[in-house]
Amino acid sequence: MSETMLRLENVDKFYGPIGKGVHAVRNINMDVAKGDIIALLGSSGCGKTSTLRMIAGFEETSRGKIFLSGREVHRLPPVKRHVAMAFEGYSLYPTVNVRDNIAFALKAAKLPEAEVASRVRDVAEMLEISDILDRMPNSISGGQQQRASLARALIRDADLHLLDEPMGQLEPQLRTLLRGRIKHFIKQRGLTAILVTHDQTEANALADRIAVMEGGVLQQYGSPAEIKERPANLFTGTFVGEPPMNVFPVTASTVGDKLHFDLEGGLDLAYASNAFAPDVREAILKRGRVMVGVRPYAVRRSEHGPAARVLTNQWLGDQSHIAAAFANGNLVLVEHDRARVGIGEEIRVELDPADLHVFDLESGKAISHGQELA
Amino acid sequence: MEHTSTLEKVLRGTAITLVILFFMFPIFWIFLMSFQTNETILRVPPSIVFDPTLSNYTALITGKLDTAAGTLEISFMKNLWNSLFLSAASVAVGLVLGVPAAYAFARLKFRGSEDIAFTLLSFRFAPPLLVLLPLTIYFQQIGLADTYLGLIWVYQLIVLPLILWIVRGYFEDIPADVEYAYRIAGHSWGATFRKIALPLAGPGIAAAGLLAFIFAWNNFVFALVLASADKQPVTVGALAFVTASGIQYGQVAAGIVLSILPTFALALYAQRYLVEGLSLGAVKG
Repeated sequence: MSETMLRLENVDKFYGPIGKGVHAVRNINMDVAKGDIIALLGSSGCGKTSTLRMIAGFEETSRGKIFLSGREVHRLPPVKRHVAMAFEGYSLYPTVNVRDNIAFALKAAKLPEAEVASRVRDVAEMLEISDILDRMPNSISGGQQQRASLARALIRDADLHLLDEPMGQLEPQLRTLLRGRIKHFIKQRGLTAILVTHDQTEANALADRIAVMEGGVLQQYGSPAEIKERPANLFTGTFVGEPPMNVFPVTASTVGDKLHFDLEGGLDLAYASNAFAPDVREAILKRGRVMVGVRPYAVRRSEHGPAARVLTNQWLGDQSHIAAAFANGNLVLVEHDRARVGIGEEIRVELDPADLHVFDLESGKAISHGQELA
Repeated sequence: MEHTSTLEKVLRGTAITLVILFFMFPIFWIFLMSFQTNETILRVPPSIVFDPTLSNYTALITGKLDTAAGTLEISFMKNLWNSLFLSAASVAVGLVLGVPAAYAFARLKFRGSEDIAFTLLSFRFAPPLLVLLPLTIYFQQIGLADTYLGLIWVYQLIVLPLILWIVRGYFEDIPADVEYAYRIAGHSWGATFRKIALPLAGPGIAAAGLLAFIFAWNNFVFALVLASADKQPVTVGALAFVTASGIQYGQVAAGIVLSILPTFALALYAQRYLVEGLSLGAVKG
C-alpha cells in the first residue's frame, strides 16, 4: 500500500448556511495515493469543481477534514497548502508574457535561472507552446491559453496538482496527443494529480482511479475497469459508457429449473437456473422486482429470444448503432459490422447472463454483475 | 462607417460644431470677460472688441480688490490653495478607505454587503442640505467646525461612494481565478491584492480618483456652511466678488478661469482613464 497523499474525511459543502443552503458536496470520503492520477468525473453541477476548490482552499469546507501529505489543511489558506492548480478559465496573469506566466512560481521561489529556463522549455515543448512563449496572454487563442495555464501548474513542485477541465478547449487531435504526454509527464515526475472532467475518454485515458460524482455524492471510486465492469449503482452504470447501458425493470421468478425475468410489454427472458451462481440467484429472487442493465456492446441479435422493433440504424464508419423499441422502452445495440436491418424490422435479441448487471429497484445499488455478487 | 457620404459628413460636422459652440461658448465668453473691466462687460450691446486688461488677475493675485466703495481685502489665492488641498486630501483619504472596501464588496460575500454598499451609494443622491443642519451642530459641539479635518471628513460623503462604486466594478471585472492562481502559487492574500488586483484595476482607480477630485473641487454648500473665510475653497471664495457696490464680473470671470485650470489640466492629462473609467465602471456617466 503506497503512501496516502490526500485524504478527504466526511467533507460537506453548503453554499449558504449549513443545513439550509445548497448542499453541493455530501459527505465525501476519499483517499488519494501518492503518484496517482485521479479523475473527478460527473456532469456539470455534480460538485466536482466544488470539491477541487475545497482541496485548493478557495472554498471553505462546511464540515469534515482534508489531510494533505499528512497535514490537516482544511483550515489553511491556499498559500500554505502546497498545491498547484490549472484553472478552467485559464486565468493567466494578463500583464506578463506566456513564458513569465509559466515560470512565475519558480521565479518567486528563487530557483536558479538556468533551471527555470530548462523546465519552461521542457513543459512548453510537451504542450506544443514553445512558439508562443514571448506572446502576451490576450494575443493567443483559447486553446493556447489553456495549455499555458496547464504548463504553469504542471511546472511546479507541489504535493498535489489540481487540473480543472485542463483540455476542454483543445481540438480532438491535440487532446489525444496531449493526454498521452501529460500522463507520461506526471508519472515520470511522480506527481500526484486530481483532474476534473466531464469527458469519460479523458478520465479513462489519464486516470488510475475515477471518482464518479452526482448530486454532490461520490457514487463510486475505483479504477476505470472497475467502474466499467462493476458499476456500484444504477447511476454509475448508466453514466459511464458510450452509448449508455440499457436498463429495464423486470420481475424475477423461478418456474421449474428456469429463472424467468418478466419484462414489461409481455416479454420474457428465461435462463437455466444454473446460469447464475446460487447466491446471486437468491439475492435477485429475494427482491422479486429488480432493474437489469446490459451494455449495448453485449446485446446480440439471434434467432430466438425476445423481440424488438428497429427504430434507427446508424453506421458510424466503424460500428453500427441500432436503437429498437423493446419492453415498453428502448434498447440500443452496437455491432462492429455494418448491420443490414431496416427501420420497422423485427429483430430478436439475446442477453448473455454473464453480461447482466442487476440493480436494486429502489436504492439503485448493484446486486450482481454477471456471476458475481456486487 | 466606411461608406459615409459627403452629406453625412457635412451634417455630422455641423452637429458637432453646434454642440461645441453650445458648450464652449460660455467658457469662451468668461475667458474674454476676465480681461475686461466691469464697464466694458456691462455695456449694451456687448462687443468682443475691447482693450484687454490684466487688472482682474492682478487684483486676484495680490488680494487687493478696488471697488467704487474702496479697496477690499480678498483671499482668492488662499481659497485656491484651500480647494487644491481639500480636494487632494479628500481623494487621498477616499482612496485609502474606498479601494480596499471596494475590493471587499467585489470579492467577499458577507451578510448585508449589498445593503451596506447601497447605503454608501445613497449618500450620493441624498441632498446635502438634508444633513447640513445636524452636521453643523455636531461639528460645533465636537470642535470640527471650521477645520480642514472636518471638511475632509464631510467631503468623504462626495468622494467615497464614487470611488467605491467605480472601483468595485473594476474589481468585479477581474476574474477571481487570476487571483486564485497567484495565491496558490504561494502568495498571501495581501500580496495578491497589491500585485494583481491593484495593478489590474489601476485605470479604474485613476478614473475614480480623478472624478472624485473634480466632484470635490466643485463642491460648494458643505464648505459654505462648515468653514469660515480662511478655510473656504474657491467655489465659496468667489462670493467675495459680490460686493456692496455691485458684482465684480471681471474678477469673477478671472476667478473662474483660474479655478477651472487645475481640473481642466488634470482632465486633459487623464482623459483616456476618465473615459475608460466611466464606460467600464459600475457608475455610468
